[in-house]
Amino acid sequence: MTSSGRPTEPRQTEPAWMRNLFIGASVAFVGLLILLPVISVFTEAFRKGFSFYLASISDPLAMSALRLTLITAAVTLAANLVFGLAASWLIAKFSFPGRNVLLSLIDLPFAVSPVVSGLVFVLLFGAQGWFGQGRIGDFLSRHGIQIIFSTPGVILATIFVTFPFIARELIPLMQEQGADEEEAAVLLGASGWQTFRRVTLPNIRWALVYGVVLANARAMGEFGAVSVVSGHIRGRTNTLPLHVEILYNEYNFSAAFAVASLLALLALVTLVAKAALEWRIRAEERPAGMEDIA
Amino acid sequence: MTRLRQHIVIPGFGLTLGYTLSYLSLIVLIPLSALAVKGAGQPWAQFSDAVFDPRTLAAWRLTFGTALIASSINAFFGLIVAWTLVRYDFPGRRILDALIDVPFALPTAVSGIALTAIYSQNGWMGRRLQPLGIKAAFSPLGIVIALTFIGLPFIVRTVQPAVEDLDPAVEEAASLLGASRLTALRRVILPALQPALIAGFITAFARALGEYGSVIFISGNMPMKTEIASLLIVTKLEQFDYAGAAAIGLLMLVSSFVLLFLVNAGQWWSTRHFRRTA
Repeated sequence: MTSSGRPTEPRQTEPAWMRNLFIGASVAFVGLLILLPVISVFTEAFRKGFSFYLASISDPLAMSALRLTLITAAVTLAANLVFGLAASWLIAKFSFPGRNVLLSLIDLPFAVSPVVSGLVFVLLFGAQGWFGQGRIGDFLSRHGIQIIFSTPGVILATIFVTFPFIARELIPLMQEQGADEEEAAVLLGASGWQTFRRVTLPNIRWALVYGVVLANARAMGEFGAVSVVSGHIRGRTNTLPLHVEILYNEYNFSAAFAVASLLALLALVTLVAKAALEWRIRAEERPAGMEDIA
Repeated sequence: MTRLRQHIVIPGFGLTLGYTLSYLSLIVLIPLSALAVKGAGQPWAQFSDAVFDPRTLAAWRLTFGTALIASSINAFFGLIVAWTLVRYDFPGRRILDALIDVPFALPTAVSGIALTAIYSQNGWMGRRLQPLGIKAAFSPLGIVIALTFIGLPFIVRTVQPAVEDLDPAVEEAASLLGASRLTALRRVILPALQPALIAGFITAFARALGEYGSVIFISGNMPMKTEIASLLIVTKLEQFDYAGAAAIGLLMLVSSFVLLFLVNAGQWWSTRHFRRTA
């Protein structure tokens, strides 16, 4: 997913007409397919004027959707961050049988479609599910804990769809960095926690932020999985994307696009942050390449 | 030797192993096996009723057909875009490059309503297509457009590194041996990019099969006509037909696993056979 800094030297190049054709086709295709929808989100959002826009995004139901989205993202990121650190420490610093299987299992949620990601939790916690009845089901209902059609279900589904994001950024980097620095720290008398905090963490911080940024975009924007588990209870289990859907299906288009513009803004901020972090990570990798020459 | 020493020196093996495995089981493995058990554990007659009734068959055809068309469009244009981004310098190249990631970052529901607004009959594109007799929104064409939108980055971001890695010596050799630029593109460069292109195509296709948010707004969701497989799962859940939903979901899960296994196997194979001696 890295984008190149500068075009490679044109060693052999195409005739000018062909080059212009390729550039023209690329610009037209991407402009029509991708840029146009992005622009239309904002033009549609302001169609009824700025005050309507403000009213739409400050509506109490929009605000409660925003709150649930923020809570969901915060819990999701914290949970997957701890997992990402544990999994990458395990995979990068130790060698054990079944390591490659573990790597593939961590990637598994990427292969599961959004609706199926929600479906698995409905099946698990629904009326006839493993955790919907029996001892766990009894425990949950005795304590009045509802998972499906409630906030915990929304959070679980979001954790599932963003599961690999952070781990996936950290594992290859930590594998590449090896364990030499940590070994030295431990041999010099540092505790495990000190080693992690003072040696490992500074080495992986930008990749960590990168993974969090990507996971956050997906967590805040997830629609299919969340739609299946939420039950669409307005003001209670609606996230921002679900709120967009409800407004849209009520033919309240301008309000739907006003709320959607917030999510589009989040996407644009994510892309800028992603580009900045990629630049940062590349800049830090460069000195490391010197070892190859020596 | 070093491996043995790592076990002894660096702490935290037991802790991280235990935590990783428990969390993985709780969040991923147990939920997925619940689907497998629920989907495959029902009587065959019931399973096949859910998966092969006419309405579901129509949804399978539509889902696979539109995904195939969209990934093919993307393979063609994605190759051109990837080539252009790597090889040519022109004003706005960085912006074009950044735009490719938009479908990754934009929530699918937002893409869905935006595309619908553009391609419905009053929309910026729909208005222009209407006189030509083309109905884009609320038709299979609309689904193809949405799937093309979400699939493009998968192709471009897979092909781009392959273009960057092309061996200049091969291109030079082709030209020194008298091949025209067009012949070199067709006979030398295209075959070298083929593994990446196929991998990108399958990934985009797998993603398109399961896509939901960007499709359901533009498709119109008419049973037998514009209803995709993912939507059928949602419909079955709303009718509390959990077994039927699990059957369709399991089949979707298996097809995307098979596709992504193919990509991984292909990549493993091509790195073994074409690894460049740098």
